[in-house]
Amino acid sequence: MIRVILPQHLRTLANVGREVTVEVEGPATQRSLLNALETRYPMLRGTIRDQVTQQRRPLLRFFACNRDLSYEPPDDPLPVEVTTGAEPFRILGAIAGG
Amino acid sequence: MSTVRVLVGTRKGAFILTSDAKRESWDVSGPHFAGWEIYHLKGSPADPNRLYASQSSGWFGQMIQRSDDGGQTWEPVGNKFEYEGVPGTHQWYDGTPHPWEFKRVWHLEPSLTDPDTVYAGVEDAALFRTTDGGQSWQELAGLRGHGSGASWAPGAGGMGLHTILLDPINTGRIFIAISAAGAFRSDDAGATWRPINRGLKSDYIPDEEAEVGHCVHRIAMHPSRPDVLFMQKHWDVLRTDDAGELWHEVSGNLPTDFGFVIDVHAHEPETIYVVPIKSDSEHYPPDGKLRVYRSRTGGNDWEALTAGLPQRDCYVNVLREAMAVDSLDPCGVYFGTTGGQVYASADAGDHWTPIVRDLPAVLSVEVQILP
Repeated sequence: MIRVILPQHLRTLANVGREVTVEVEGPATQRSLLNALETRYPMLRGTIRDQVTQQRRPLLRFFACNRDLSYEPPDDPLPVEVTTGAEPFRILGAIAGG
Repeated sequence: MSTVRVLVGTRKGAFILTSDAKRESWDVSGPHFAGWEIYHLKGSPADPNRLYASQSSGWFGQMIQRSDDGGQTWEPVGNKFEYEGVPGTHQWYDGTPHPWEFKRVWHLEPSLTDPDTVYAGVEDAALFRTTDGGQSWQELAGLRGHGSGASWAPGAGGMGLHTILLDPINTGRIFIAISAAGAFRSDDAGATWRPINRGLKSDYIPDEEAEVGHCVHRIAMHPSRPDVLFMQKHWDVLRTDDAGELWHEVSGNLPTDFGFVIDVHAHEPETIYVVPIKSDSEHYPPDGKLRVYRSRTGGNDWEALTAGLPQRDCYVNVLREAMAVDSLDPCGVYFGTTGGQVYASADAGDHWTPIVRDLPAVLSVEVQILP
């Protein structure tokens, strides 16, 4: 199980708490994690990645293990601490807009 | 007694205001979708409890929400808006080609007859349609593809398709408007399109009378006379009596003919309303006085409606989607401001009262009458 921390607006949208867990089949990467997240919570489709390009939305960031993973290739393996559930994968909105 | 339901989209959520037909005492529900921008929400004429809302955010993109119970509960539906084929380019602010990119839904126009069919006007300008209640959306690509699309350029607020008018008599005829491309008409249910901007003059484009490039802010129609349209352009108020073949100016004695909203009285097709705004660089009412102007002659001859509206120190704006009329008798008129007020008149504009005073900036106002 991978733990994912969602930003407030997406928690409201998906009607979940601060943290959710998802099961990822096969190698755990950003892409497979987000695919699994969107499968479990279809209302999140398009909110984290663009529906058409599948690119991360520009004002969102992915943090884990005190690192910014936002610019990591989407098919690179996630850190072991994330895949084992020791550390959460955090999706957060940039501080922007005042 | 009938119920009046006013649907308000704001910068930070949606609000639903309800009253009986007297329109004196109002219940306020909301915010729905707190913190999200609600560019527009509107009910189906065929099923008034079927509502659609455009919910968007600079962070999280576009959502479409649907309610089947008049806004008590909502369900996210499809939000994939994919341009058909290779999107190509339009003109950017500096005149260079810029790829077409979906940003948000500005306007939702439910079909007059089918609750599951809805048209969506989006930025960058295009028209989409769903026929399955919002689950999936398909572009009506003949609009962008009719020939002039590559020359369209955004207005200051973006290149949004903001007006969709469905002709209730000539079924298959659709009017739309885009900032800053102009007005367009389809006579075959959206398959093919042509510009209808003859008569418009805009001194902010190289050819003042160009076929496209005009910053149309809003178009309004009375359902009994769909060939007569009224337009609030960036500057100028205009009308056409032949479905857009030729427009002529009817600004008449308005204190300024810049503005965003325009609407038509529900029972008097020659009675129209605008809210003059000082200028395109000063988006507030002239002299700090919030005045609705009414013409009972289809334009040119205008009277100021001020009773109940602030007549000093008022510097709000009234955005293009933020006026609506109800079908009661006497006709009710509603508008919202960027200061968060929603004003209502239960007597066709003679007197106004604020329903609410302190909402987030109002982006859109629609009204429904429920039996």
